[in-house]
Amino acid sequence: MTKEAIIKEFETIAGAENVMTGETDRHAYSYDAAVLDSVMPALVVRPRTSEVLGAVTKLCNDNGLPLTVRGAGTNLSGGTIPHPGGVVVLTNGLNRILEINEADMYAVVEPGVVTAQFAAEVAKRGLFYPPDPGSQAVSTLGGNVAENAGGLRGLKYGVTKDYVMGMDFWDVNGELVKTGSRTVKCVTGYNLAGLMVASEGTLGVFDKIILKLVPPAQAAKSMMAVFPSMKAASETVASIIANKIVPATLEMMDNFTIRTVENFRGAGLPVDAAALLLIEVDGHPGQVADEAAVVERICKENGATELHVAKDAAERDAVWQARRDALPALANLKPTCVLEDATVPRSKIPAMIEALEEIAKKLDLTIGTFGHAGDGNLHPTILTDKRNKEEWERVEKGIDMIFDKALSMGGTLSGEHGIGLAKSKYLAQETSKATLAYARRMKSVLDPKGILNPDKIVGAE
Amino acid sequence: MADIHKLAQMLKELDDQLVGCMRCGMCQAVCPIFKLSGKETDVTRGKLALLDGLASEMLTDPEGVNEKLNRCLLCGTCQANCPSGVSVMDIFLKARAIMTGYFGLSPAKKAIFRGLLKNPKLFNALTEMGAKFQGIFTKKVDDMLGSSCARFNAPIIADRHFNTLASKPFRKIVPEMDTPAGSSGLRVAFYVGCVIDKIYPQVGEAILKVLKHHGVGVYMPSGQACCGIPVLSSGDTSTFDTLVGMNVDILKEGEFDYLVTGCASCTSTIKELWPHMYKGDSSRTYDIGVLARKTMDISQFLVDVLKVEPKELAGGRSVTYHDPCHLKNSLGITAQPRTLIKAAGCDFKEMTDAGTCCGCGGSFNIAHYELSREIGSRKADNIIASKAKVAATSCPACMLQITDMLSQKGADMSVRHVIELYADSL
Repeated sequence: MTKEAIIKEFETIAGAENVMTGETDRHAYSYDAAVLDSVMPALVVRPRTSEVLGAVTKLCNDNGLPLTVRGAGTNLSGGTIPHPGGVVVLTNGLNRILEINEADMYAVVEPGVVTAQFAAEVAKRGLFYPPDPGSQAVSTLGGNVAENAGGLRGLKYGVTKDYVMGMDFWDVNGELVKTGSRTVKCVTGYNLAGLMVASEGTLGVFDKIILKLVPPAQAAKSMMAVFPSMKAASETVASIIANKIVPATLEMMDNFTIRTVENFRGAGLPVDAAALLLIEVDGHPGQVADEAAVVERICKENGATELHVAKDAAERDAVWQARRDALPALANLKPTCVLEDATVPRSKIPAMIEALEEIAKKLDLTIGTFGHAGDGNLHPTILTDKRNKEEWERVEKGIDMIFDKALSMGGTLSGEHGIGLAKSKYLAQETSKATLAYARRMKSVLDPKGILNPDKIVGAE
Repeated sequence: MADIHKLAQMLKELDDQLVGCMRCGMCQAVCPIFKLSGKETDVTRGKLALLDGLASEMLTDPEGVNEKLNRCLLCGTCQANCPSGVSVMDIFLKARAIMTGYFGLSPAKKAIFRGLLKNPKLFNALTEMGAKFQGIFTKKVDDMLGSSCARFNAPIIADRHFNTLASKPFRKIVPEMDTPAGSSGLRVAFYVGCVIDKIYPQVGEAILKVLKHHGVGVYMPSGQACCGIPVLSSGDTSTFDTLVGMNVDILKEGEFDYLVTGCASCTSTIKELWPHMYKGDSSRTYDIGVLARKTMDISQFLVDVLKVEPKELAGGRSVTYHDPCHLKNSLGITAQPRTLIKAAGCDFKEMTDAGTCCGCGGSFNIAHYELSREIGSRKADNIIASKAKVAATSCPACMLQITDMLSQKGADMSVRHVIELYADSL
């Protein structure tokens, strides 16, 4: 088919108003939130119904057109950057919450539902959807599942994969595949839903997702503890867990980040502190009181110089505002902000922090580190200006070194941002050549023409 | 028209500001236009990417970029919520100026901006004539809201429900004023603004009544020109410079402690855009700086300076409040108007999403009425759902839009400026 004929075909299927071919429209879908070069797609299509989504997928496959599904485009590893000349399929026209079942505690959603809006709807019914990625105000549930997004509550409540009960997805032939169930237990067939989580759009196109809901905690208590060294702070983290307490959130900030946040907001953070821990325990009121007391004792035993326990909702919010400010405050310092998510086993956090400091010193880079200490998911944030070629080369080297370090400690390339284009080159290093070959073989069968988000995760062969 | 390479060179000026956008996409959560269309070109991240693409000569379609750039209310919500602190409004205003330099101003805008706004006398005379004859073309729709609609098929009016031009503009009621400080020991300059003068003179009268009540002297010179925001948002920087110059030259003649306005847009323009965007005769720079520092929204002046306090016993009319973007996003003023409503003894009812744009956006309403109406319609729904009897706000442009929206929905309520409510209570 000629290009014009293909465009006509897309318009027939999706409606002309849902097909964008102009230069400006295509340019606006050539990037995501990763610091990578943009790539212009040939066409952008916005299906409004499940059937159209399936038909669009089939049309792409029939014509060998690379297809990249895009929700809000907040991806931090280039997973939603299109393939040259490919098709971007927007899911924000598929944004209906199809069902929230209070009796059986699950929900069925279309992939384009915005995470925070979904969580709010669920909360209105007295239930709780815990995954809370930093971009939840705009990110979509489809994207969250495709990336296995995490968030601040990962330690106690798990990440997106822990809430995916099942899904319907379109295969490349435009056939609907159903997997999982609305029941808590289900072992019917392969766990394809599990396979689709974190597949970054390379194995199928999500149509409907069934998500698990839980009862919300009745009470919560937040506190901020100040430490004279990162070592003391990370030992506190280990000790809290060793005492059989799993806080809902357990976040850490290094001195550079503390100072930057304080400059940004002026909320009275201790700028001399080497490290801060932000801790929240939740659950039954009695349990919360007990656990908060133990956490307080552990912090003090490990040398916390100050400890602020939030007395009310306003103070609790102030604690979390400091954490929410970390990224914006760092992002304000320099034009380019490379937010990594190298993750290590919890016990290796002090060593990882030390390694990050060494890398920053050795390469003369500015790195602020904050992150989810409770689950070992750190966010070393490199501040730079991409236009400075010489410095950018050092940044790229720094990124290599960060992953080398994390992997050498038994860690992982990505806690929650995904592999995408940015980290596919390291994949075999963390896994094995055989793993990569297995993954590629599997993809080649499910997607023989290689149209589903090419080059992501498993890279170009 | 210059060549596209030249345009790219001009846009390079913005490079240092554009590079600050880390493309996180958080602007999608707050942009009123994106909320409707879901299109990346309608949200700030997309628009910044388009400007960047044009500057780096990756794009070849300046018309397309310009068209997308203009699909923006300039409400500033994205900037107020940007994690990277990108100066979006500054970038957009500069980009619009560059684009207007490249494409030229449309003949209609040229006639209105350079023919009318630059000549306040002619502008005044024409609107006065319009006020006399408008009855022939319009008919009343809602007495409570004071709205009218077109009697005949008129493309510019479409099916808007609007407040007609006042039969007697404010400048005819009170041509000028120069009174000494009273019991407060303070004197303010009163900058009237076009919409209060020509459509809502009663707001101007309310401001004078309140100032008199509090013993505040008033310097209000005649011959005030438009503050310049309409021309600046269309990229006409030369007319902007002229208008600022005209205003500064007459305002600086008076002695006063503060400059007050009853228009959120005028306030933020004088306070932020006059010092920042004025590129005219540099001998005025100092005076512009002084004026900007002295400028205050009227409710901010009453609450922060005169210490007006809320009344303990509310029980009066139930009132809800819409935050104008130019007060909330540009200047961070949200508490004072609410305090003033309570000081007026009204029963305050907070509406849902009080801080989201009403969809007016000045000339955006003219160029993109359908979008403007969809956004405004949601605002009206929230106002109605508040169950208040009065919708109050601090910007006459918002008043026009909200009146249109409420009138079209046949809502049983009135639209007032907060200062009118306070003046009523005195």
